[in-house]
Amino acid sequence: MSENVIEVSHLHKQFGDNVILGDLSLSVNKGEVVVLIGPSGCGKSTLLRCLNGLEPIQGGTVSLHGEPVEYGKSSLTRIRQKIGMVFQNYDLFPHMTVMDNILLAPLKVQKRSKDEARAEALTLLERVGLKEKADTYPSELSGGQKQRVAIVRSLIIHPDIILLDEITAALDPEMVHEVLNVVLDLAKSGTTMMIVTHEMAFAEAAADRIIFLDGGSIVEEGEPHEFFRCPKTERAQRFLKTFTYTDS
Amino acid sequence: MQGYEVLFQGNNFLRLLGGLWVTIRISLISIALSLVLGIFLGAAMRMKNKAVRAVCRSYLEFVRIMPQLVLLFIVFFGIVKATGLNLSGEVSAVIVFTVWGTAETGDLVRGAFDSVPKHQYESAQALGLDRFGVYRYVILPQAVRILIPNLINLSTRMIKTTAFVSLIGVTEVLKVGKQIIDANRYDAPDAALWVYGAIFFMYFIICFPLSLFSRKLAKKYKQN
Amino acid sequence: MDWSFITRYSPLYVKAAVLTLTIGAVGIVLAAVVGLLCAFAKYYRVPVLRQIAAAYTELSRNTPLIVQLFFLYFGLPKAGIVLSSEACGIIGLAFLGGSYMSESFLSGLESVKKGQIESAESLGLNGRQVMRYVVFPQAAAVSLPAVGANVIFLLKETSVFSAVSLADLMYVAKDLIGMYYNTEEALTMLVIAYLIIILPVSLIFSFAERRMRRAGV
Repeated sequence: MSENVIEVSHLHKQFGDNVILGDLSLSVNKGEVVVLIGPSGCGKSTLLRCLNGLEPIQGGTVSLHGEPVEYGKSSLTRIRQKIGMVFQNYDLFPHMTVMDNILLAPLKVQKRSKDEARAEALTLLERVGLKEKADTYPSELSGGQKQRVAIVRSLIIHPDIILLDEITAALDPEMVHEVLNVVLDLAKSGTTMMIVTHEMAFAEAAADRIIFLDGGSIVEEGEPHEFFRCPKTERAQRFLKTFTYTDS
Repeated sequence: MQGYEVLFQGNNFLRLLGGLWVTIRISLISIALSLVLGIFLGAAMRMKNKAVRAVCRSYLEFVRIMPQLVLLFIVFFGIVKATGLNLSGEVSAVIVFTVWGTAETGDLVRGAFDSVPKHQYESAQALGLDRFGVYRYVILPQAVRILIPNLINLSTRMIKTTAFVSLIGVTEVLKVGKQIIDANRYDAPDAALWVYGAIFFMYFIICFPLSLFSRKLAKKYKQN
Repeated sequence: MDWSFITRYSPLYVKAAVLTLTIGAVGIVLAAVVGLLCAFAKYYRVPVLRQIAAAYTELSRNTPLIVQLFFLYFGLPKAGIVLSSEACGIIGLAFLGGSYMSESFLSGLESVKKGQIESAESLGLNGRQVMRYVVFPQAAAVSLPAVGANVIFLLKETSVFSAVSLADLMYVAKDLIGMYYNTEEALTMLVIAYLIIILPVSLIFSFAERRMRRAGV
């Protein structure tokens, strides 16, 4: 049967008295694309950050291939090499060229040979249509181009799973498409991903499974077409309605 | 006699405070003059006229590059020689610290007004405010918030720098300290440690609250 | 202007300038080291060290260099610690400059956004690598103008070294004025000497700053 990549069980997360995620459990299988959707403040970005050990958690466990992901632990740097993450604000390193951004982790963390890593970087850049930008600085790129570089930067470490945190939220509308096409291409080629997004059409096209989060817990999950056609819960129905404009 | 006893013997402590007051007085007069002149300089630095701006800029750069002590020497030794005017050390110091303080204040004023974003001027005008109204109600309150903490910092810098005046013969706190040490050379040979230590903390007690205050203000303004 | 006076005594100025520059350079380098250590103690919130760094910063920033020097040169020998004029100059400059440098470095470090650190961490970089490859290069660029201003400020502060009997530029100028009363020449050479020392430093830093800004850092 399919192999479990990430396993979250009884995750509890709060900021002060404010419970962000309560007793949340889920797992992602190898090759699966899971899309998290839900209203702002429902905890979906926090969940992604917990999966990468960027947030301390107050209860439950997160594990990658059975190994615990724990905030602040020294084992984290090793585990994170197996988890790619792309952020809303790209966060490319402004003082490095596109190529140096991509090569930082393979050379300094994974100690790979420069020639081999560079060759792979060029292949990946070509795949996202940015081969000719290898030697430019991030400040010379558009938002959409930066985000595609950020995706390459996380792909090159050969992660077991990639976490995408609202990667199109900061983009101009005309650039959303070029970035999501790249992600769709990855989804088709069997990359394991967990995606937080507000783009519903994209969610439906890319996802193998939709998880609808509200108030810090999973309200509904299921196969995308079914979820978008006939959501079972009232909260999901209400949420999906906010994306349509009719006089009612 | 123990060195620290010298500090409290007779009116020694009062004499030290009196010496401190000499530098503080020089600072206060210079700060006040710099503030008035600096506002005009800041306005001049924001003028569109390139020649005016270049003159202001050169003045600022020269004053910034020259150590204040060199400026003090120029005024105290140079002016006396060139004009025959016999300036006291204190008057020379006020002149130098005003020349320096004006340049720095002018630059702070310019910086404060420049840091108010252009759209603030535009949206104030769009509301129908006239030039005076734009400055009075929109620009000035924002610029002042940036300016005041910086001016307080400049003041502490000026207070610290006035300690230089002992080197042109003004009888200020370091000089008084030396007199006290010399007078007690035989009774309390280790007086220097205590006297200079005390002067160190006197400056600290004056400048530290000012630094704290300016930091508090800056933080408070940033939050709003 | 008496040119023969100038040619006769300019070697004295050169010698004094070399002394000022040497002590200034050593003091400034030490100040940068002290500043960097304090900035790291504050940035990483190292317990105890961080409080020590904070207390030191306040003491150093809120007292004049000349008072610090008097304490080192005249006061400490009474407690059995005898320092040469040169050592006093260097220590004084490092003590004063360390706090200014630490604040410049710290604001550089803090200017690097959390997102930069998180994305470096998510690539598997450990704490030291995050600092070395991501935070420090950006922080250095941000703090460069402030560090440049500190260097110039500290070079100017060296003018008080004569107070602890260092034969620096001020000392030579004052000596010449006192001995020969050639005030104009002595002061002119003094101004020129400081221009020659500080102007290039100022130009180098503004050049570096402009280059960095162009590189888009």
